[in-house]
Order: sequence, then C-alpha cells, then structure tokens
Amino acid sequence: MEKVMKQMWWKYLGVFILILVIWFGFMHSAPRLDILNETIRAVHFHVPMWFGMMILLTFSLVYSIKFLRSNKLEHDLIAVETANIGILFGILGLLTGSIWAKFTWGSWWNGDPKQNMAAIFMLIYLAYSVTRSSIDDPEKRGKISAIYNIFAFASLIPLLFIIPRLTDSLHPSNGGNQGFVTYDMNNDLKIIFYPAVIGWTIIGLWAASLRVRLRTLEYRLLKLI
Amino acid sequence: MQNLFREIGHLFYKELKLEWRQKYAFNGLLLYIGSTVFVVYMAFREIQPVTWVTILWIILLFASANAVAKSFIQESENRQLYYYTLASPLAVILSKMIYNVILLCLLALIALFAYSILLGNPVQDFPLFLLALVLGAISFSTTFTMVSAIAFKAGGNSTLMPILSFPILIPLITLLIAVSTATLGGSEDLNLYNNIGILVALNVIIVTISIILFPVLWRN
Repeated sequence: MEKVMKQMWWKYLGVFILILVIWFGFMHSAPRLDILNETIRAVHFHVPMWFGMMILLTFSLVYSIKFLRSNKLEHDLIAVETANIGILFGILGLLTGSIWAKFTWGSWWNGDPKQNMAAIFMLIYLAYSVTRSSIDDPEKRGKISAIYNIFAFASLIPLLFIIPRLTDSLHPSNGGNQGFVTYDMNNDLKIIFYPAVIGWTIIGLWAASLRVRLRTLEYRLLKLI
Repeated sequence: MQNLFREIGHLFYKELKLEWRQKYAFNGLLLYIGSTVFVVYMAFREIQPVTWVTILWIILLFASANAVAKSFIQESENRQLYYYTLASPLAVILSKMIYNVILLCLLALIALFAYSILLGNPVQDFPLFLLALVLGAISFSTTFTMVSAIAFKAGGNSTLMPILSFPILIPLITLLIAVSTATLGGSEDLNLYNNIGILVALNVIIVTISIILFPVLWRN
C-alpha cells in the first residue's frame, strides 16, 4: 500500500480523469428535468465531495483502529491527515450544496436532513481537531483522538442511513423529487458521474498522502519516529 | 462474570458515598436547574406546548452535562491509578454509567417538577413522557460518561466535554424531542415506536463501543 502511494501513475490518472470530468461535465448533454434544469450538472461536482469525504473518513477510522493496535505514530498521522482532507471535502460539499440549494430550493440553508447530518459530521471532526491540539504528548494525543474518532464514527454511522429516511427531504430522489432514480437510467450522467467520484477521491488521497509525508518528515526531525 | 458484578456493586456504592460526602455538588445541580427554569419562566411567561418540550430538553441537556462532567475529574490521577489496580476497567465504566443514569433520572424528575409548577404541564400521555425522560437519562449518561473519560484523559479541559459530546447527542436529542412531542396529544405520530427503537439501538451501540474502547483509554 505505502509503495503504491508513492508512485506517480495514479496521480496522473486522477488529474486526467478530472480534466475530462470538468470538460464533459459542462459540455456533455444532460437530461432536462423540471426545476433541476442545467443545475443537474452539480451532480458531478457536489455529490463526489460526499463520496470522497466518506471514503477519506473511513480511511481515518481504519488507521485509528490500526494505531490503537500497533501504537505506530505513522498510523496516527495517516488517520489525522485523511480526516483533515475529509473535513475539507465536507466543507466543499456544504458550499457547493448551498450554492445549488440557493438556486433550486430558494435559500442557502434549508434544514434538509442531509444538510444537517453533514453539519453534524463537520462539528464532530472539528471537535476531533480541537482535541488533538489540546494535547501535547504525541503518543497520548494519538491514542485519545483515535478513541474519540472510533466512538464518534460508530455512534453516527447508523444515523446516516436512518435519519434521512425518517424525515422528509428535499434532496433529489427523496420524497417524490426527481433525482438519482430518474437519472440513474440516464447514461449521459452516469458516464461522467462515476469517473468524477473516482477522480475526486484520488485527488483527496493524493493531498492526504502529501500531508502525511510532510508530517512524517517533521516527526523524524523531532526524532519521534 | 460474578466478579464483575461484585466490582460494579462496590464501585457503585463508592459513587453513592462520594456523592453523599460532597453534598455541595448535588445541591449545586439542584440550584442550577432551579435557576435555569426560573430564567426560562421569566423569559417566556406563556409557552407553546412544542416549545415547552424543546426547552425542557435543552435544560436537561445542560444540567446533565454538568452532572456527569465531574464523574472522572473529581477524583485525582493517583486515586484513578489505585482503582486501576483494584478493579477491571469494565467495572469502572459500567458502574459510572449506571450511577449516572440514576442520578440523571432523579435530576430529570426534579426539573420536570419545578418546570411544571412554573410553566404548566401540557403532557397528555404521562407514562410515555416518563419513558422518554428515562431514555433521555440513559442516552445522556452513556454518552457523557464516555466523553467525560476522554476529556479527562485529554487534560481535564472543561470546554472539551461539550464540544466532543454535543455533536454526538444532536441526533439523540432530536429523536427524544420527537418522542416527547408525541405525548402532547394532537395528531398521532406514526414513527413513534420506530423512534423509540432507534433510541434503544443507539444506546446499545454507544454502550458496546464504550465497553470496547474504555479499557484502551483507561490503560493509558
């Protein structure tokens, strides 16, 4: 895994995919639906943020568990940096979502269940960052924040699937709105959407791996690793 | 297993004794509830049933955070080390959780009493409302106990506890408000039993994950 992370080919692949996604995302034909109209193209730029965030946060969770088992500070660094990039993706997802919501639903913040869940996730991971910065000893910092990471993730994941189903949502494909179910059939969108998810995730992992390498060097200088 | 129950029993008794000897903590909580309720009364005077429920839960949220916050911080690092040599971590976390459930139930009842006297009581289905209070006490107790352990290990910073626990509690408190709003009468809530089920399931998850994680934290 670490070896692949240092190779270049997958980074070029990610950049290449994203250039194509940006070009075709705007230029390719998209289905015409009521209300959504051309804003349906946001699906290539907004939805992949959430996919990317969830993948990165899952990485963070896995490496938190690994750190508790192995006590290697490298694992802790991977956990925190993937979480940081995950937060960045989450913020971008909220921003792109708000802009889209302003033009389709009429206001920046609608109290939609998915919006609220996203906000809760941001609060949790910002709290995770604050906890980290309040502890000086790296060993202890890693352990306590890993425990919080696992605790928070485990207690929130069930809700991610339950809450949006309990209350009505304005999101496409919820409560009679046109959305995934309708355009899932449409190859025009599918052909760009899936590469977009892959491309954005690659960029996220790349950014995280760069941060991890930087932090590893810092730790080496401090003779922690 | 039997050993574990005995340890939990002893530690629970210790918590009770500690509370009895430091009566100022409990009295402080009573005063906290009393003054918050009075502030709400002065601010609202007349209150809509739905707002009544929401404000009650917010009072309970903050009172519970204060009540549970001390569960690890009140005892010194050395004494914690002493418990570490005596009891299993499982017994420590479970005894504190059980103790806090009882403490929070008591506080919730007192808060409800004071609140009802000043602001009236629009609840129609009282047994269901009590069930919601108990579920709330359990949810707050399990989450706050684990988080207060984390905050204690992180250096006992008092702002850490709310920022760590409130995001986790938002979904729980939303469900609790939904359940207790259903007791006000009016239209029937079709999701009521569903919501109660999710609350119970979430508490099971939180307790399980605490049982797995607390020994790691405690060893530290």
